Amino acid sequence: MSFNYEQSFTIQGGNFTDAGEVSVFIKKTLQKMGIPSEILRRVAIATYESEINIISYAKAGVIYIRVTPENIIINIDDEGPGIENIELAMRAGYSTADEKIREMGFGAGMGIPNIINCSDDFTLTSEVSKGTHLKIIINISTN
Amino acid sequence: MKLSHIAKELKFKIKCGEELLERDVSGGYVGDLLSDVMANSKKGNLWITRQTHQNIVAVASLKDLAGIVLVQGKEPDADALEKASIEGIPILVTELSSFDVAGKLYILLS
Repeated sequence: MSFNYEQSFTIQGGNFTDAGEVSVFIKKTLQKMGIPSEILRRVAIATYESEINIISYAKAGVIYIRVTPENIIINIDDEGPGIENIELAMRAGYSTADEKIREMGFGAGMGIPNIINCSDDFTLTSEVSKGTHLKIIINISTN
Repeated sequence: MKLSHIAKELKFKIKCGEELLERDVSGGYVGDLLSDVMANSKKGNLWITRQTHQNIVAVASLKDLAGIVLVQGKEPDADALEKASIEGIPILVTELSSFDVAGKLYILLS
């Protein structure tokens, strides 16, 4: 099987109304392409958590996904407050979410750990008051 | 076991997705934290929750869950119902608590 696809999605911060829709669209698109379900599951979790992070914390952000025959590369760039302490942000249970976000069942400090668990390769860089960049690679096993 | 059978046995009220109840339920998952459900629910699970807003629909859709049960008499928000109908996610409601739904479902499935 040979997969080739790329697309960018712009996400507005603070808009919980459509939260998850980009991830659902990506999942359906990849499903139609015939991406194996275990890979789909990991992509769905990684894109969903990234999307929720943009909506929860940033002014806006872009999710870029590229599917090649070997792997799926997801780049996320946001215009947000940045992360002061990356080590803390990557720790399960740590969150800076406000009460409103928590009441909806977000902000449990599981987002980034979930993304890491679904990635074969993960990098997070951030600059305070500028934004955060994530690069997620999920390998497609062909056997 | 079919969702229709579970809905009948546990006397769930069907809020939407009546035409989708012939799908199989593989098990259940209880959770009000969306990231927890994203990480740990399994395909075909019936999701038991007290969250009623529209974001539950995307989670259920992304994880291929069989449906959502809202507990303790909670009603889905109008936009949640609308989204669920579009996405094909059954939403059911009950007066029972999460604990009771999980217990009864566990017995039914074992």
